[in-house]
Amino acid sequence: MKTLAKKSAIWLAYLGVLLGLPLLFDSILAITIFNQMAIAIIFALSYNMLLGQGGMLSFGHAVYFGLGGFMAVHTLVMIEYETVYFSIIYIPLIGGLIGLLAAVFIGSFSTHKAGTVFAMISLGIGELVAASSLIFVSFFGGEAGVNADRTYGPAFFGIEFFQDSEIYYLGAAWVFIATLFMYLFTQTPAGRMANAVRDNPERAEFIGYSARRVRFISFCAAGFFAGIAGGLFALNYEFITEENLNAVTSGRVLLMAYIGGLGYFIGPIIGAVILTLMNSLLSNYTELWMLYLGIMFVLTVLFLPRGFAGFIMMHRTAWIRGKLGSLLLPYLITGLPALVFAIAGVAMIEMLHHEGEVFHFLGIPLESANLSHWLMCTVLAAIAYLGCKRSLPQLREAWESANAIDEAGEEREAS
Amino acid sequence: MSMLSLQNVSKQFGETRIIRDVSLDIEPGERHAIIGPNGAGKSTLFHLISGKYQPTAGKILFRDNEIQGKTPFAIARLGLARSFQVTNIFPRLSVFENIRCGLLWKEGFGYSFWHLLGRQKELNDKALALLVEIGLADRAEFPAGELAYAQQRALELGIAIASGAELIMLDEPVAGMSHSEAENAVALIRKITEGKTLVMVEHDMNIVFDVADRISVLVYGEIIASDTPAAIRANPRVQEAYLGEVPEAATDTSSGQNPEGVDGA
Amino acid sequence: MLEVFIFSTLNGLVTGLLLFMLASGLTLIFSMMGVLNFAHASFYMLGAYFAYSISLHLGFWMGLIFAPLIVGILGAVVERFALRRVHAHGHVAELVFTFGLAFLIEEAVQFFWGPDTKNYQSPDILDFPLFTLFGQEFSAYRGFMIAISVGIFIGLYYVLTRSRIGIIIQAAITHPHTVANLGHNVPFIFMGVFGVGTALAGVAGVIAGPVLTTFPGMAVVLGSIVFVIVVIGGLGSLGGAFIASLLIGLLQSYAIASNVGMPDLLNLVGLEFSRDHPLTDLWTLTLPQIAPILPFLLLVLVLIFRPTGIAGKREQ
Ligand SMILES: Nc1ncnc2c1ncn2[C@@H]1O[C@H](COP(=O)(O)OP(=O)(O)OP(=O)(O)O)[C@@H](O)[C@H]1O
Ligand SMILES: [Mg+2]
Repeated sequence: MKTLAKKSAIWLAYLGVLLGLPLLFDSILAITIFNQMAIAIIFALSYNMLLGQGGMLSFGHAVYFGLGGFMAVHTLVMIEYETVYFSIIYIPLIGGLIGLLAAVFIGSFSTHKAGTVFAMISLGIGELVAASSLIFVSFFGGEAGVNADRTYGPAFFGIEFFQDSEIYYLGAAWVFIATLFMYLFTQTPAGRMANAVRDNPERAEFIGYSARRVRFISFCAAGFFAGIAGGLFALNYEFITEENLNAVTSGRVLLMAYIGGLGYFIGPIIGAVILTLMNSLLSNYTELWMLYLGIMFVLTVLFLPRGFAGFIMMHRTAWIRGKLGSLLLPYLITGLPALVFAIAGVAMIEMLHHEGEVFHFLGIPLESANLSHWLMCTVLAAIAYLGCKRSLPQLREAWESANAIDEAGEEREAS
Repeated sequence: MSMLSLQNVSKQFGETRIIRDVSLDIEPGERHAIIGPNGAGKSTLFHLISGKYQPTAGKILFRDNEIQGKTPFAIARLGLARSFQVTNIFPRLSVFENIRCGLLWKEGFGYSFWHLLGRQKELNDKALALLVEIGLADRAEFPAGELAYAQQRALELGIAIASGAELIMLDEPVAGMSHSEAENAVALIRKITEGKTLVMVEHDMNIVFDVADRISVLVYGEIIASDTPAAIRANPRVQEAYLGEVPEAATDTSSGQNPEGVDGA
Repeated sequence: MLEVFIFSTLNGLVTGLLLFMLASGLTLIFSMMGVLNFAHASFYMLGAYFAYSISLHLGFWMGLIFAPLIVGILGAVVERFALRRVHAHGHVAELVFTFGLAFLIEEAVQFFWGPDTKNYQSPDILDFPLFTLFGQEFSAYRGFMIAISVGIFIGLYYVLTRSRIGIIIQAAITHPHTVANLGHNVPFIFMGVFGVGTALAGVAGVIAGPVLTTFPGMAVVLGSIVFVIVVIGGLGSLGGAFIASLLIGLLQSYAIASNVGMPDLLNLVGLEFSRDHPLTDLWTLTLPQIAPILPFLLLVLVLIFRPTGIAGKREQ
């Protein structure tokens, strides 16, 4: 149990990062990316309330994000026509309430069971809502979606949100609040029992809790925060389409949370940041970024079942013992060839993709018709592979000695 | 008023009748042991009382409330707590969290999402105190799933008794523990059930005759005798059906670990 | 009216049988590993693409033979080197892995074959009308699809219930330890079943590719419907999957062919609504419009009211 002071320091640091980021990187591109991150962080955290904390694998979480977003856009339109009149800073709350409403309705029958049944219902509902959204054109706007203008309504202390940077600070505020409340939720009886039900729904019933009710509460909370993310999306882009509530978006949030690490509160934040960065930066360099994303995802599931956060936390024991330094060199010796291997592999994939033309890869001109380029990449990859394989036992040894059990049973990983 | 009363309870799985017309009354404050050979239906009886299974026929009264057909959580809220023969804990929660979860409902927190657990000093102190009693205080922050077997058994017991229920039902609480661990556990059970009602399934006859005020013998789903320990020892039917083996059974503490444990989750 | 009905039935039958070819493999794999393979339809797509590439050089029939083989081997490799590893991390990890695999396969298909639709053709010898009814033709290729599907169903049924291998497989599914103790190589059996299941999906892809068009989205189109089928049919039940496949196939086919809509319904009870009512989309809904939703509606209803599906076993 950490002291209050330590916890406050972490939260202040988080706030500091959120507020300081646009000062460090102030390009338009950077602000755009930060705004996407803000949305992704709330969305991924809300997803983890289901899967990581509540044990409910959902394939339809975008429903709450999207419905919240659509209602938010419609509310913006209403503000424009002065049907209602309030500052747009509250728009994410509207999204949240709609998300909550949808979750209350759908959760009332879908949280009966966890496991496969829940997963399948979420899939069915997701497809159902996505398909319906294409039918009910007057609300969802068909394939084109609906759009709005966020610059109406009363100004907030003189800010009228013409610029993305203004939206950034609004988003940062919402991210901070949402993160804080989602964290606090984990510290409440309902949040803790969600973990208990995830671990063992049967036993939870014998200590007085209805597993179904516990799941329902988590489900509603997750819907609420997903709706907030949707509302923020609406504010940021000023439009929303069917794609924002369909299976693609649902899949993406699963990816984020999983890659980040389901078992840790900060996991989804890490996942949201990584995926947003890949999405916006990698896509500038290669058309194949989705392929790389898929490869990375599959490799993560295979080799890092606890995600990136889990990978970082693996080093806690070594860190506490002050032995982290002893791992540095072995990591480099294995990591460097691994990196070379990956680069050579990517180069070959890109060569296949750019068939018949010259392109620049890390500044080197490559051409698929040139056999020597292929040879070079193959040899490089083979050498790197061997280097990796040869050095792996050493890394393992270093790892084991850094984590060696000093006192019987002291060794463990945080969950 | 009896604490627990079974009236002609039967349970059938498909065609097989596992519990046959069982009637049993347990008075408040009683320490009642249920014994019987493997597969007699003792755990099934526990499942029927605690709501995991529904009886095929008959009535179950807990402090004069009919509880057959109620959900496990509704029954637990009435003040009936139980432990499981096959360890049934929250493996990814810390040991401390396991115990605290066991306390939550009784302490009135319900499904609250506006109380911060870290701030509930009274609740946390209670959980810590119980941890000390079950001898797991130094493991408080350990994930429960990584505990050694005997420690998990202690935790299993701890979760069951945490809520301070009026009626505590323990299914082979000391099975698989070493002699000294079992002794500690029995002392703890005695202490914790002071002024409460205890129903216990146990194969270790020394413990049974030591702890129980009354003993019921279940054979093939039927209660063939229900009496004081002395009377049970003298009962010829019991001797014939079961107690003939007392000398062996008394040393046989491991029989509860049957690998096909049907109570498992 | 009658002709619409007959042709809808035939088309529904073709779709239903095709769906069953996917659903049967998925069901086998589910009974075996207890996990739904999200990537199953991706193997179906791979079947179509491999067959397309083979057919360019060696013709349709070689594709029909070799594409499923390649797909089956790929499936076995995935089971051996990836799924088995993920299995240790539990069901969620497995499901998420197959989900990621589906994503990866779609990207890989786009990478190797490009994002556009492939001109994958049915063989010329089957390019004639099998029969003509009320002036409408029913193509021989569709008849061929029905024949192949039924053939596979009978073969599968025979292998599973009559042959020694089938009995060992069934035993391995329910009592893996006992079967292993009898000296059978259970992991190998599992790998084999996974391979055969994916190969069946491959066959479906080969024969469906020319009719349903071969494009990178074809897995997504069918994937969730096949999921719906195995869940509605009752997880792990081949018979249930068969009924559910036909049910969904026919349902969709009838819904598309029918011309009924809300306006007719409302007129029937003597109601009329103005076109510019805010709920106008609801009042003007037609059955063909909601045809794509029907399977999912059915799924949700089944899961709520009978979570074990049509032929599912008692809850555990
Ligand atoms: N869910 C079930 N379905 C079918 N049969 C069951 C079920 N649960 C228990 N049984 C059967 O009921 C009988 C009694 O089992 P039970 O676990 O109650 O015995 P027990 O007296 O607790 O034995 P032990 O001393 O080994 O714990 C066993 O034959 C068991 O196979
Ligand atoms: Mg028992």
